[in-house]
Amino acid sequence: MTRLDIHLDKRDRQVDLASMLAERVRQGEVRAVARLITLLERWEQEGRDTLRLLEGQGESSRAAIIGVTGYPGAGKSTIIDQLVTAYRRLGQRVGVLAVDMTSPFTGGALLGDRIRMQQHALDPGVFIRSLATRGHHGGLASVTGEAVSVLEAAGYDVILVETVGVGQGELEIATVAPTVVAVVAPGLGDEVQAMKAGLLEVAQIIVVNRGDHPEADRTLRELREWHRTVLKITATTGQGIPELIAAIAEQQRLRDLEAAPTRAAP
Amino acid sequence: MTVATVPLRILIGKVGLDGHDRGVKLIARALRDAGMEVIYTGLHQSPEQIVNTAIQEDVDAIGLSILSGAHNTLFRRVLELLSEQGAEDIVVFGGGIIPNEDVPALKEAGVKALFGPGTPLDDIVRFVKELRTSR
Repeated sequence: MTRLDIHLDKRDRQVDLASMLAERVRQGEVRAVARLITLLERWEQEGRDTLRLLEGQGESSRAAIIGVTGYPGAGKSTIIDQLVTAYRRLGQRVGVLAVDMTSPFTGGALLGDRIRMQQHALDPGVFIRSLATRGHHGGLASVTGEAVSVLEAAGYDVILVETVGVGQGELEIATVAPTVVAVVAPGLGDEVQAMKAGLLEVAQIIVVNRGDHPEADRTLRELREWHRTVLKITATTGQGIPELIAAIAEQQRLRDLEAAPTRAAP
Repeated sequence: MTVATVPLRILIGKVGLDGHDRGVKLIARALRDAGMEVIYTGLHQSPEQIVNTAIQEDVDAIGLSILSGAHNTLFRRVLELLSEQGAEDIVVFGGGIIPNEDVPALKEAGVKALFGPGTPLDDIVRFVKELRTSR
C-alpha cells in the first residue's frame, strides 16, 4: 500500500463511521445524539462529517426552536422545566440545550441548569444537554447552532435553548432561535434599563417572572410601554405557562405567514 | 482547540435518600477549579436518573456521594444500568461514609475509587485528571 492508499483507506473508514453515527442519530438513539454533540464540541472531523450527512438529508425540519435568555437568576431554568412539562403534555418530543459559563481563569465550568429539570431525566421523550461556553462570547457555546441541528435530525419537535445569564451584550441567541423569550424579574433595574439597547430588542416575548412579587405588576406595566408582548408568570407554580405557550405559538404562526410567498394583488 | 485541552466532563451528584450535600458541593467546586466541566445534578437522584443524565451529557465519569448507608445497593445499581445501556466506559467513583469492609467488594463490582472522610481534595482532583490518560 502506498501512503496515499493508506490515507484514502483511513478516509473511507471515517466516512463509514460518520454514516453509521448519522443513522443512529436519525433513529433518535440517545447515546449517538450525545456523542455527536461531544464530537462537534471537540471540532473532530467525524463530527463534522456526520453533521454534513444529516444536514444533507434535504427534508426541512419542522422543529420549533425557542431561545430563553435573561438576567442571571431570573428563572430561565425553572421556566424551561415548566415548558418541557407543558410541551410533553401536548405530545411533543423536547430537546433542551442549557449553556453555562466556562471560567476564563481555570477553564472549568459548573453546569447546574439541569438541577431544575431533573424530573424529566426518566422521560425518553426529553433530551437535556448542558454546554459550557469554552471561551465563546455572546451568551452561547460555539457548538450551540450545530447541537440544535443534531437535535432536529434526531426528531425532536421542540428545542429549547437556554443562554448563560446575560446582560446587554450577549445576543447571539437571536441567530440560533427564531423565537426568543427574555426573562426578567421584578425589582431589577428601572424603566431606563429597558430603554437601553440589548435584550429586549432581540426578544419577541418578554416574561416577567415571579409574578407573585409585589413589584411584578409595576414591572409589567413599565415594560409594556416598550414591548408588544409582555407576560407575567410564576415559574415555580406554573402560573402563566399556558399563556406563554400560546404566545410562542402565535409568534411562530406570524413568522410562518411572513415567510410564505405573498400572492400578487388582484 | 486541540484534544489535549478538551475539558473532562464529570457528573457529580447524590443518589438516594440523603440530603447532606456539603461534601459533594466541595468536590464539584474543586473539580471545576481544576478545569473540568462539572454537571451537578443535585440531591435525591435515583440511579436511573443518574445514568440517563450521564448518557445525555456524555460524561467521562460519574462521582457519587453517599452518606446514607445504601452504598452497596446504589453503586451496584448504577453500574448495572450503565452496562445495560452499553456505557461501561463511563468511570464510576464515589465518596461518603463507606465502611472499609465494603470497599473491596464495591471495587470488585466496578467502582474505580472510593474516597472516605478526610481525603485531601487534591487526591480526588488528581484521580479524576488521570482518567484522561487511562480512558
